[in-house]
Amino acid sequence: MKPAPFDYEAPRSLEAAIALLAQHQGLARVIAGGQSLGPMLNLRIAQPSLLVGIRHLPELRDVRQTADAVTIGACITHAEIEDGRIPDPTGGLLPYVARRIAYRAIRNRGTIGGSLAHADPSADWVSALALAGAHVTVCSPRGERQIAVAKLLLGAFETQIGTDEILVSVTIPRLSARARWSYYKICRKTGEFAEAIGGVLVDPDNGIRRAVVGATAGAPIVLEGNAALPGCDVAALWAANIDDPYKRQMFEVVLRRAADRIAA
Amino acid sequence: MSMNTTSGRGIGARLRRREDERFLRGQGEYVGDIRLDGMLEVAFVRSAVAHARLRGIEKPAGFEDRVFTAADLAGVRPIRAVSGLKGFKVSEQPVLARDKVRYVGELIAMCVAPTRAEAEDIAAQVFVDYEELPAVSDMLEGRKPGAPLLHEAWGDNVFLETFVDGNIAEIARRAPVKITRRLRTARQCMSPIEGRGVVAQWDRRLDQLVVISAAQMPHITRSGLAECLGLDHGKVRVISPDVGGGFGYKGILLPEEVCLGWLAMHLQKPVRWLEDRREQLTANANCREHHYDLTVYADNDGRLLAIDCEATVDAGAYSSYPFSACLEAAQVASILPGPYKFDAYRCRTWSVATNKPPILPYRGVARTGVCFALEVAIDAVARAVGREPWEVRLESLPTREMMPFDNITKKHFDSGDYPECLRRAVAAIDVGAIRERQRRGEPDGRRIGVGFAIFCEQAAHGTSVYYGWGIPMVPGHEQCQARLTPDGVLELRIGAHSHGQGLETTMAQVAHSVLGIEPENVRLIHGDTALSPYSTGTWGSRCAVMSGGAVAAACKEMAKRVAKIGAHLLQTDVSLVRVADGQVIGPSGSVTLKEIAYTWYRAPQNLPSDVDPGGLELTAGYKPVRDTGTFSYACHAAVVAVDVEIGTVEILKYVVVEDGGVLLNPMIVDGQIYGGTAQGIGTALYEEMPFDANGQPLASTLADYLLPGPTEVPDIVIEHMETPSPYSEFGQKGIGEGGAIGPPAAIANAVNDALKDLGVEITEVPITPARLLSAIAAAKVRSAA
Ligand SMILES: Cc1cc2nc3c(=O)[nH]c(=O)nc-3n(C[C@H](O)[C@H](O)[C@H](O)COP(=O)(O)OP(=O)(O)OC[C@H]3O[C@@H](n4cnc5c(N)ncnc54)[C@H](O)[C@@H]3O)c2cc1C
Repeated sequence: MKPAPFDYEAPRSLEAAIALLAQHQGLARVIAGGQSLGPMLNLRIAQPSLLVGIRHLPELRDVRQTADAVTIGACITHAEIEDGRIPDPTGGLLPYVARRIAYRAIRNRGTIGGSLAHADPSADWVSALALAGAHVTVCSPRGERQIAVAKLLLGAFETQIGTDEILVSVTIPRLSARARWSYYKICRKTGEFAEAIGGVLVDPDNGIRRAVVGATAGAPIVLEGNAALPGCDVAALWAANIDDPYKRQMFEVVLRRAADRIAA
Repeated sequence: MSMNTTSGRGIGARLRRREDERFLRGQGEYVGDIRLDGMLEVAFVRSAVAHARLRGIEKPAGFEDRVFTAADLAGVRPIRAVSGLKGFKVSEQPVLARDKVRYVGELIAMCVAPTRAEAEDIAAQVFVDYEELPAVSDMLEGRKPGAPLLHEAWGDNVFLETFVDGNIAEIARRAPVKITRRLRTARQCMSPIEGRGVVAQWDRRLDQLVVISAAQMPHITRSGLAECLGLDHGKVRVISPDVGGGFGYKGILLPEEVCLGWLAMHLQKPVRWLEDRREQLTANANCREHHYDLTVYADNDGRLLAIDCEATVDAGAYSSYPFSACLEAAQVASILPGPYKFDAYRCRTWSVATNKPPILPYRGVARTGVCFALEVAIDAVARAVGREPWEVRLESLPTREMMPFDNITKKHFDSGDYPECLRRAVAAIDVGAIRERQRRGEPDGRRIGVGFAIFCEQAAHGTSVYYGWGIPMVPGHEQCQARLTPDGVLELRIGAHSHGQGLETTMAQVAHSVLGIEPENVRLIHGDTALSPYSTGTWGSRCAVMSGGAVAAACKEMAKRVAKIGAHLLQTDVSLVRVADGQVIGPSGSVTLKEIAYTWYRAPQNLPSDVDPGGLELTAGYKPVRDTGTFSYACHAAVVAVDVEIGTVEILKYVVVEDGGVLLNPMIVDGQIYGGTAQGIGTALYEEMPFDANGQPLASTLADYLLPGPTEVPDIVIEHMETPSPYSEFGQKGIGEGGAIGPPAAIANAVNDALKDLGVEITEVPITPARLLSAIAAAKVRSAA
């Protein structure tokens, strides 16, 4: 289980990193924490000819705050969020989620940007940041663009990010003091990827009523407005696409339990 | 001779393990730590399909001399592990596939390069032309006429069928309670932290092949290598360095060992292969897959009257060396009765060849399966007669007064108090409190339940048990070579090996108990065929009894020799001295072992004229006074909480009451129980290697093959009983496997207890959420109908 041969570059700037990707036209791949890409290389599922290391780039470790939002660099690690070293605009959702990702050793290296770009439907940030209404900024030689996390995944391990684009940062809107959230997931054991994820966010001051069902076969299912009212039967909206009765039951339960926690 | 049991360092002491110093500092030396000059690395091409004829293998251009197939291995013999049991059909396992492949992961070609990555690059370019055949992926299907045949010449897929035909008809007709169940245990992949690994090198000076391998049974591996490579034993040396867990996974002659041995001779260069986790998972899911059709007959109190069973074991594609393909199934027939007494028994078993990796005995061997099957059925009996499961069990356990007790399959239980063991577990888990809590219900809506499993563990069984199997290995006397060095250090050489058991510590404790020598002054030398006496090695929980016995025998002989010299130095008669505290003590004065050793080696002029010319170096052998085995036994009790909406099981409390006879080191015994129980929890709740209809393994990483981790293993409460075995040297019994036997039964029974109001009964492990929810759904359908 050793990777196929590849070259490695550690560019000095985001610009240089982007240039390398452009130059190698789809044969290069960025590596952040390596916690997902590492195993894929070893299993030879991924065989890029060039790896571009980015976790040291200052542009990707930047944290900015505005009145409405916090923007954190793509290479901020799960552990940094867990430990409260990053300002949290969500009243505790971010560290709560971070603390429940994998194991500490993985959280020490795994990054928020890598997790979103990797686009495992069972990954926590994919669902939690969709729940928080976050968006990402990606950058390429053509310039920058923004994509809502809720719209980022095209399917399992497939995103809107092009092969020449780098995810630079994640912008998370500030919740009001009256906001309440819950995040409930089922894992077969501690540190395993979730079997089912349910999240509910109610922020009356910002007019948000939102629910998320994650760890589906693709993008998380986001329900907005009254459909997301705690306790209401939302199963019908999405159950149609899930034929495994066991899976469907899991999703119903996580959503109900997440909603119950808000109501409680 | 006095026994040094009161010093707090001999037998019975919780002495810290001396090997942990290097293990905990990361300074152990495993195969993966060994690097030899000019060493090349090997990667294997493994079969991608479960069953096929090989039409051809193409070596990549330019790499013809770096890739080796069966055609290159001229003169290498296939692995044959025959059993002498009547009707056993022999499989031949070529070390690299010849005409056919019979499971995914079977070795096809060996690629060699300076690094493993480069070897894998070459392996990726080898083209294998398969003519695919339909696969046997289920043992019951494989038994049916018309199933695809793995070994065509056999005419069917059955390695061995056995039948114990006790007459049960009369009892069955009269029995008021009859419980019939179909039970299954999943195929698992033993998962020691260290995988397998082999380094092979030709030693030109000694004209000898040196194979360094993570092996539990280095002498058996050596015999197998000599046979397959056509070398005499003297030309093969097997070294097993530190081994990071065995459990049976390393109790086998590996085709990889034979391949690397041949390659080292062929290239005249050292070569290495280290198994990676993917090879381990996809090519070596090799244990535990049992199927039972079981009927238990009982009276209205739930007392067992008769058992009738048909058991099938999925034995995989080949017979592994040395334990053979039939060890598990044939064991099932003899151990299914477990610890119980009853009057009539019938059991038919099949070892079925399937297109899966060859089966190996895993910690607990067949016992984990039979304990699960019988104990789950006994709980069903208890529900049928409306009594507590533990009360029902008490009806059928042999009492202390009956010991030694010969059960219905002639297993000879040496000693113990089985009912007391169960009663202690009942008290420790507090059944009354659980029943009360069940009546109240849980605030979070989960359902709780309690379950028991009681079983016995035959260990250190010897010649009289094994010769009948007729497999390539029959244990006889176990030996120890002892040597006192000139400065009074006791070197002990044994042929068994440690892969976590802590023999360096326990054998030193035994020596201390006999000679009074400080444990720090005892060195255990093992894991090297050149340095130790022949032994079948470490398996079947035999080391405490067999190696412990051999060490004691050698130390006693040493005591005689030093007494003789010591008495002479003390100028007294040998009948007046005793050996204790590392000295020979006379009526007035004493002399240390160090002084005696010095005299023998460096001042022989001071020796008595009639000194034993063998000196301070000797070999002693040992066999228990009766070699049918020690029987330790245990009761496991579990309390679980079941979330019926999502199908998860949490273990709230876990109790083990164990009787392992006299414990050489209770701390090490506790460690064996903790580790075994963790593995048993894996069997109960997590571990499963599913195969699809084409024989493809469906879990290829640890994300799909779930092992219990620290958060899944609860604190385990251990209570010891210590009933000495009348047959072993110190009354000790083998206890290495019990931890892994009880959990599937205890946990399944606890789950079934939690869900009994719903009419749910689990009869298959692991108890995954999917299995649990489908059982709950099925029960709902049943109760609606
Ligand atoms: C045992 C284990 C358990 C885990 N459990 C969980 C869990 O419970 N929940 C969970 O959410 N995750 C889990 N993970 C995944 C973990 O969170 C990873 O850290 C994360 O998925 C990837 O982050 P990374 O920084 O390591 O990315 P990398 O592995 O470096 O990269 C992953 C992919 O994203 C791309 N990429 C990385 N950064 C960028 C960027 N800035 N722009 C564009 N593309 C980029 C890479 O090219 C690659 O394709 C687990 C991982 C392991 C090994």
